Amino acid sequence: MSSPSDLRYTKEHEWIRVEGRRAAVGITDHAQESLGDIVYVEIPTVGAEVARGEEASTVESVKASSPIFAPVSGKIVEVNAALDKNPELLNQKPYETFVFVMEMSEPSELDDLLSSAQYEALVGKEAQA
Amino acid sequence: MTHPYLPHTQGEIASMLQAIGAPSIDALFADIPSSIRERGGIALASGLSEFEVERRLRELSEANSVDRLSFLGCGCYDHIIPAIVGHIVGRSEFATAYTPYQAEISQGLLQAIFEFQTMICELTGLDVSNASLYDGATAAAEACAMGLAVQRGADTILYAATLHPHTQRVLATSFADRGIRLLAIPEEEGAASLHQLQPLLDKRVGAVVVQSPNLYGYLEDYGGFAEAVHEAGALFVVSANPMSLGVVRSPAEWGADLAVGDTQVFGFPPTLGGANAGYIAAAEALLRKMPGRIVGQTVDGEGRRAFVLTLQAREQHIRRERATSNICTNQALIALGNAVYLAAVGDGGFRAVCDLNLEKSHYLFSRLTGEMGLAPYAGRPFFNEFTLRLPRPAREVLSRMEQAGIYGGVAQERLRPGSDPRLLTIAVTEKRTREELDRYVAALEEALR
Amino acid sequence: MSHADDLPLIFERSRAGRIGYRFPPSDVGPAGAAGLPAGMYRERAIGLPAVSEIDVVRHYTNLSRRSYGVDLGFYPLGSCTMKYNPKIDEDVAHLPGFAAVHPLQPEEGLQGILALLHDLTARLCAITAMDWGTLQPFAGAHGEFTGMKLFRAYFARRGESGRTKILVPDSAHGTNPASAHLAGFEVVELRSSRDGVVSLAEIAPHLDERLAGIMLTNPNTLGLFEPEILEISRRVHAAGGLLYYDGANLNAVMGRARPGDMGFDVVHLNLHKTFGTPHGGGGPGAGPVLVKEELRPFLPTPDIVARDGRFALDSDRPYSIGRVAGFFGNVGILIRAYAYLLALGGDGLAAASDRAVLNANYLKERLKGLFDLPYDSLCKHELVLSARLLKEKYGVTALDVAKRLLDYGIYPPTIYFPLVVPEALMIEPTESESQEGLDAFVDIMREIVRDARENPALLREAPTRTPVRRVDEVLAARRPIVRWRPNLPET
Repeated sequence: MSSPSDLRYTKEHEWIRVEGRRAAVGITDHAQESLGDIVYVEIPTVGAEVARGEEASTVESVKASSPIFAPVSGKIVEVNAALDKNPELLNQKPYETFVFVMEMSEPSELDDLLSSAQYEALVGKEAQA
Repeated sequence: MTHPYLPHTQGEIASMLQAIGAPSIDALFADIPSSIRERGGIALASGLSEFEVERRLRELSEANSVDRLSFLGCGCYDHIIPAIVGHIVGRSEFATAYTPYQAEISQGLLQAIFEFQTMICELTGLDVSNASLYDGATAAAEACAMGLAVQRGADTILYAATLHPHTQRVLATSFADRGIRLLAIPEEEGAASLHQLQPLLDKRVGAVVVQSPNLYGYLEDYGGFAEAVHEAGALFVVSANPMSLGVVRSPAEWGADLAVGDTQVFGFPPTLGGANAGYIAAAEALLRKMPGRIVGQTVDGEGRRAFVLTLQAREQHIRRERATSNICTNQALIALGNAVYLAAVGDGGFRAVCDLNLEKSHYLFSRLTGEMGLAPYAGRPFFNEFTLRLPRPAREVLSRMEQAGIYGGVAQERLRPGSDPRLLTIAVTEKRTREELDRYVAALEEALR
Repeated sequence: MSHADDLPLIFERSRAGRIGYRFPPSDVGPAGAAGLPAGMYRERAIGLPAVSEIDVVRHYTNLSRRSYGVDLGFYPLGSCTMKYNPKIDEDVAHLPGFAAVHPLQPEEGLQGILALLHDLTARLCAITAMDWGTLQPFAGAHGEFTGMKLFRAYFARRGESGRTKILVPDSAHGTNPASAHLAGFEVVELRSSRDGVVSLAEIAPHLDERLAGIMLTNPNTLGLFEPEILEISRRVHAAGGLLYYDGANLNAVMGRARPGDMGFDVVHLNLHKTFGTPHGGGGPGAGPVLVKEELRPFLPTPDIVARDGRFALDSDRPYSIGRVAGFFGNVGILIRAYAYLLALGGDGLAAASDRAVLNANYLKERLKGLFDLPYDSLCKHELVLSARLLKEKYGVTALDVAKRLLDYGIYPPTIYFPLVVPEALMIEPTESESQEGLDAFVDIMREIVRDARENPALLREAPTRTPVRRVDEVLAARRPIVRWRPNLPET
């Protein structure tokens, strides 16, 4: 699955879809594949303020636990409640399943994120390492 | 050398060295720097025969006093142990097994622990439990750590001054130097009170931990505690001697989020406090925050019910420095013994033994405070342990009772240096006969003369 | 779906009216009059099963037959040291003079057990070249946490609380970084060199005033002795740091190398590994911590001291870190380990390590043709193989190999650890296996590799000869059921 070009990416394998002042955040196909079958997603609290790079959520599989870092700073305004009963959605449709939505406090931080081409180059390099 | 624990023959050693292509066993250690190797020898005498080992250990065991009538408690109790517990726990399929990571070959052990978890949930009234922790004191520390993790920004733990002093010390050591405040809820006439708790509650508090029966043996009334603690956004932790839970109000009935304690009372002798496990039980919502190993139910490839260690992504081998607990090996075989005990006694037996504890302790209490007119430390209800304020320092009195063949109890001063030296905490279990209780009364009378 | 070979849960055997134990009747009359206030009684039902004694015995005896201990067969789990657990150790631990002692008994009545614990500490120090220690920690991880607390206390006393970094190799057991972090340190992971050991170059940038120390196990989890250990020790000490020894692998070097001589300041031992106490299905274990003289003042209290020919408990330690256990630790395990030490003696312990290392090197020689051997150098008591080539060529993984071993009635080696080796199989035979036993294991591994090549389905569908097939771990983690409930839907 190639990474959609309308999204931005982080080095920690999160994607972000910007809609005005809001940004939806999820994990990439590469992330869900390395985790394996996802069994649990720790949903952040609505209203929580997170700084860029801060751990906002955790995704667990049987053999791994991975933090989801906030790609930008802001406030969590919506969480994906479906993930409580069906965490496997992240495996099945990684780019269509958001984990949380933020209201950005510092939209200029988006400039530091990767484009889909840059992200794919990063993943390719990691595979060779 | 030859030894029963070392099966290699000289022929095997030679053959193996040849296969490896090494001239000697020494050569296999050639990569150790010589300066280390030169000093590596162990300066201990040669091994003894099994007969001599047994004799030496027997001598040591006989240098301990175990013939006195014991009324010692304060966290370790002398209870009746059904014969089957030792037989099951001694089965080497259980005792010499590793942690059941390979589920398919470990269904027996996994099921036994699943049953233990269920029993702990039943006794405490809470929803989930684990395969055991080290002991009640470290379990209390783990419960507090959960509170700090769950309450964002929390940096404070409130604990009752009536918590066992050793538990208090373990909490202090666990959280020392971590920027965590540990504040005591002052005692009010022998127990924790809501009145003393309330002024201390605020958003900085992650957990409030209390104990009932407490360090004096008294049962505490937690009316209003859970509401107050929850309003401050913290977790309410109750440490409870699980033997009391057959008759005393359970942690869940008090609205606790977490319950912890020591399980030695279910099927193990005192052993200097060293044949014990810690239990922890929690409300459902806290399941994924619980430390330690957890056995879960699932199915195998053919639809059979099966058991497996689950939610491992919480644990240290996966989270490493992100883990909220570092526990790995726990006290599984003890938990197995606890489960055997509880299975054997069942509902009816558990109620019966709890009633015996109540009756025997209250019998002694009424003779000591009635006929002998001794003063209780506080006028509070108790399960199988209570505290008196003697007219003289407890240590002297105990010393005399010891000469009469009785360990009369624990001087509070022993647990809390600097406290009132006249306070004596007396434990009475179902093991004590009426004759022994009457002997106690006579001996105490004599000791106070 | 129920199967003929299902074992019911004890709750499912429950039948109202059966009893499994009978307590003596009360001889003091009812507590009714002297009972509890109304609000203090338990109101909810208890929920324990009602079964007869024979039901309990059959239930647990049947469960035991679906459990596998080292008494049954080979158990080559890497870093677990599943050696023989001597039976005399069980007998002496149950002597009434040990079983009935209460931790708060007067000291005069504890002279035998205090002498044992004191002597045990002294013997462990002799084996490791350390100066004194504590027996309170209940397990290795607990020992690590205690050790890390000792580091904090040591630096705090010197006014060096700014030393916050602990270096941990990427091959380390997960408890190492977890313990360091929980004690308040910042963990810095060191990348292992291509030879699988700690490189001086990796350490160099961290040798500053923020360094608290380094946590190592030696030999490491790959079974390799750290060749630069003396230099590492010299440099860490020169930078003002301390060295912590994870004693999980001590079985490799007894009689050949002592951690104190390698430069370690704090050591923990795993009595349930190196010293033959039974693993219990996951404990109880014991993780005593031993220290060099400079760290003695910080040890937990009470300490056991010898004074005028008697033993006493001494809590007069103003700089002690306090208590790490409610009482004295897992005393039952400490007694067993003591008996083990007496039975082997100094030369026996050295012979145990010799033969453990002989066994591991022999297996390495005989298995290296069958599997990928990432580090083909002299190993110590354990070796790490990789099933990487099997995965690439035949699509079978280390997990499949492990599950197929179960069909042969052998407990598989540790898999997927250490993390630095893909498809890792970590094998520790211990000294308890003869050459014959090892050859039998090699033959089985040969058959499994042949099956991987010719009939990989046998591995992928394994195990088929165990009471259950491969369990669904994903379901267990997604929909956790951690207790039985009446009327639970059959999954």
